Amino acid sequence: MPAFPVAAREALADTQLRRNLAHATGTIRAKRAAVVGEVAEWEELRLAGAAIKDNTLRRLDEHLLTLEAALQARGATVHWARDAREACAVVAGIARDHGVDEVVKVKSMATQEIGLNEVLAEHGVTAWETDLAELIVQLGDDLPSHILVPAIHRNRAEIREIFRREMGAAGRPAPDGLTDDPAELAGAARLHLREKFLRAKMAVSGANFAVAESGTLVVVESEGNGRMCLTLPEVLVSVVGIEKVVPTWSDLDVFLQLLPRSSTGERMNPYTSAWSGVTPGDGPQEMHVVLLDNGRTRALADEVGRQALRCIRCSACLNVCPVYERTGGHAYGSVYPGPIGAILNPLLKGVGVDEQTDSLPYASSLCGACFEACPVRIDIPEVLVHLRSQVVDAHRGGAPKPEAVAMKAASWVLSDARRLGLAERGLGVANRALTRFGRRVLPGGRRALSRLPWPGSLWTDARDLPAPPRESFRSWWRKEKR
Amino acid sequence: MKVAVLVTCINDSLFPDTGKAVFRLLRRLGVDADFPEAQTCCGQPMVNTGYLDEAVPVVRAFAHAFAGYDHIVTPSGSCAGSARHQHGLVARRAGDPRLAETGPKVHELSEFLVDVLGVTDVNAYFPHRVTYHPTCHSLRMLGVGDKPLKLLRAVRGLDLVELPAAEECCGFGGTFAVKNAGTSTAMGADKARHVRDTGAEVLVAGDNSCLLHLGGLLSRQRSGVRVVHLADVLASTEEDA
Ligand code: SF4
Repeated sequence: MPAFPVAAREALADTQLRRNLAHATGTIRAKRAAVVGEVAEWEELRLAGAAIKDNTLRRLDEHLLTLEAALQARGATVHWARDAREACAVVAGIARDHGVDEVVKVKSMATQEIGLNEVLAEHGVTAWETDLAELIVQLGDDLPSHILVPAIHRNRAEIREIFRREMGAAGRPAPDGLTDDPAELAGAARLHLREKFLRAKMAVSGANFAVAESGTLVVVESEGNGRMCLTLPEVLVSVVGIEKVVPTWSDLDVFLQLLPRSSTGERMNPYTSAWSGVTPGDGPQEMHVVLLDNGRTRALADEVGRQALRCIRCSACLNVCPVYERTGGHAYGSVYPGPIGAILNPLLKGVGVDEQTDSLPYASSLCGACFEACPVRIDIPEVLVHLRSQVVDAHRGGAPKPEAVAMKAASWVLSDARRLGLAERGLGVANRALTRFGRRVLPGGRRALSRLPWPGSLWTDARDLPAPPRESFRSWWRKEKR
Repeated sequence: MKVAVLVTCINDSLFPDTGKAVFRLLRRLGVDADFPEAQTCCGQPMVNTGYLDEAVPVVRAFAHAFAGYDHIVTPSGSCAGSARHQHGLVARRAGDPRLAETGPKVHELSEFLVDVLGVTDVNAYFPHRVTYHPTCHSLRMLGVGDKPLKLLRAVRGLDLVELPAAEECCGFGGTFAVKNAGTSTAMGADKARHVRDTGAEVLVAGDNSCLLHLGGLLSRQRSGVRVVHLADVLASTEEDA
């Protein structure tokens, strides 16, 4: 995966994609603002959400053991997975034990994070995504680009094409004469998926929350397809990140208020499914829970970064992010895109490992819109700056990059006013030299430069630059005020 | 009350007129402010790019230059935000809490005028059609709210028109503007379009760095829109017109 600025180029050049994104995020942004505005004590709720998560994370080990015991008491089998490889091996093993060659899935970011579908495919097991948007992405042989609306980059006409072209090979084909009417598209997906629900013996899910006191997993969704997955098959495997635990049902209460308003802009989400272990004769008769680390304890060890583990994956930060709006989700190279992806990926993987991960903390103008929108008050700009310093520190010692050299030089000049004053003496010369080349005149009369050699070209490729003034403020002050 | 002006490195070297405007304005309001000549920069370029070691001596120079003042006023929401919220980070890095002591005394210009001096009408005259962009750090890092607008509304002759999607980032973001130049200009192009849609002759903001970026785009588009810092507007009088 290329570094963010390179990966973003394609999206920046794709005007259709940018229109789709601007439209979709704009709509959901307005919806969210309206329903959040209805809650007088929204700020208190945010503070409560942040506090519950922080307290839970502080004693994560104890809460996880409580969860494990409660799940076991209700007949579930608990597996601990340190990384993606271990987690995938557990799920593939369960599929093998039951001799299945296909599983249905309810949208789960954790399983995408660990690349479960690909591993299952290696074992001859096909995983069918049943979330509508995930289905679109899967059929289109595409990658999700949004946490909540994975197919946000697709419009209706594209979706119709994908359905007509691909559904037949994956199961029940799209009906003849399918149009791009949303209701018709949803109807086609329903028929296609129903066949899969009724046939599948095993399901794989994630969970939005895991309540420790009762050993209950909770999934929040809009379509009901998740509930079909959770109730119809005989075997259910849930892959759950260890940060999803909340101690009690009254803690859960806070998040069930914060999540739907922040994510879909609804007062309440249509389906909230909660399941605790196995009930004879009702629902899956075998339940497995895979508790997944995969870098979470690494993030937890980072004093500034650990707040990212509060994230409830609502995607509010994506919908308000001006960078995400222009570049789309694929440029982030992960199932976690947008502002949260820019901090979560380096926190989970560690910085200094590859160029792509190291580019993510810089994929932000630090405008702070994400922090303002986040229902659990993750100070994303603070974590971004913190991670940038880790990236820089990870590269100290080697051959310095041009940027590091420039920063060292700037630091040397800017740490002493005399040095800065001397550097600014060059302004007069630069002014005389450059104004000759600056043919353009800015409104107001100042000359402008339109073409500078690299690295100035990084600026002047798209923007004019005012010519330097004849003298600095400092030098004017010395003459006028003394 | 001992007041100092933090002119900021960008204003010092690229927009000296803004620094002069702040002094003209403060003198008119009866404030005798200093320009501590030992000042250089708030350290934000280094901090925001992740170069904390490099920021330490710069912030040390800052703390040294502004020690002993009651209030430090600056025509930059971004530098005020950096001093208040990031100097602590640098102080921790250096293991020297004194580096963070001056930060809380820094006020962005509109905050200083409204909160400290208690004025909203500064007796300015600026007969132009103006739209205002509330830069991100003023808006979200400092929370200056509608203080700049209150000041602008009291300016005689000024016709203030609302900017669509005003709260959206212009895409400058310091080194972001060159590290992610494509995304930065895509954001700026949308902002410039909104500015042109207002039909204003002048775009005003409280940060010359954002205006550097937007002015550069507006100039490249030959829009005819002029960018002017809030301080320059507030310092203007009948004589300047
Ligand atoms: S970081 Fe905050 S806003 Fe973004 S997805 Fe997570 S909880 Fe939602």
